[in-house]
Amino acid sequence: MKTFYNTPLASPLMLGTSLYPSPKIMADAFKASGAGVATVSLRRESGANGAGQAFWELIRGLNIPVLPNTAGCHSVKEAVTTAHMAREVFETGWIKLEVIGHADTLQPDPFGLVDAARILSEEGFNVFPYMTEDLVLAERLLHAGCEVLMPWGAPIGTGLGLLNPYALRSLRAHFPDVPMVIDAGLGLPSHAAQAMEMGFDAILLNTAVARAGDPVAMARAFSKAIDAGALARAADPMPPRDMAAPSTPVIGKAFL
Amino acid sequence: MLSVFLNGEPVKTAAQTLDALLIERGLADARCATAVNESFVPASQRAKTHLNAGDRIEIVAPRQGG
Repeated sequence: MKTFYNTPLASPLMLGTSLYPSPKIMADAFKASGAGVATVSLRRESGANGAGQAFWELIRGLNIPVLPNTAGCHSVKEAVTTAHMAREVFETGWIKLEVIGHADTLQPDPFGLVDAARILSEEGFNVFPYMTEDLVLAERLLHAGCEVLMPWGAPIGTGLGLLNPYALRSLRAHFPDVPMVIDAGLGLPSHAAQAMEMGFDAILLNTAVARAGDPVAMARAFSKAIDAGALARAADPMPPRDMAAPSTPVIGKAFL
Repeated sequence: MLSVFLNGEPVKTAAQTLDALLIERGLADARCATAVNESFVPASQRAKTHLNAGDRIEIVAPRQGG
């Protein structure tokens, strides 16, 4: 498995911490999946009775690397300032960089994303850019200093799976050595398996697990699907073909 | 008393510095980050950061995220 900014992961599953029915179910889902990374965020806290401190203890208890995000940021300045705050709070240079360009689709703003990625990379951050599956954008982000790319499968929270497999295959083929994470839009374990079969290195998801009827079981299902997809990729799948080809030997069939 | 905005809400505070505001709010030892007027203020600078009337102060802490 590729490393992410020289950090090997225990599992290629990066799991979000949001939207679970309870903190215990969240922790159980992490244990069941063996997730290698936990994604987190920063939100306002005005007093000592805020939720942040208990949540921090819960996250520390998971004992895996955390990937803070800049979720909800619509401008470069907002995203960069949030990254500075996240680095201090979570004591990591990792940042899942989100610069949202469209309120309905939560589509990344590719122009702001490149600007913010350049600023943060120059400041020593390890940027994980949440991006569309655009090949030219990928090139710009790599030039800006990103060493990991995170193309979306579909808009956040939709569960639609890989909407543009052609572009994702193209990205994978053009940058075979760049660690790439499919981030967002997956709904089923089969979507994750498909992404791993295509050669992606990790999967980042949240809603598909947290909003399942049984998040702990779904976390385990995603973990198995990701393992299956990675194994299949390593096993070199057969090329598809249009014409049928018998698998049972033709020679030796009885003449009846 | 100084009138400032804390996390978007108007509040009155006796604190003269950002550091003092966190103590006043019970967040002296909390895991949190701060910004004043949309600029990040590192923890090491809070004691030196004097508050002015109308300042927009943000205090953020770890929270669930995807």
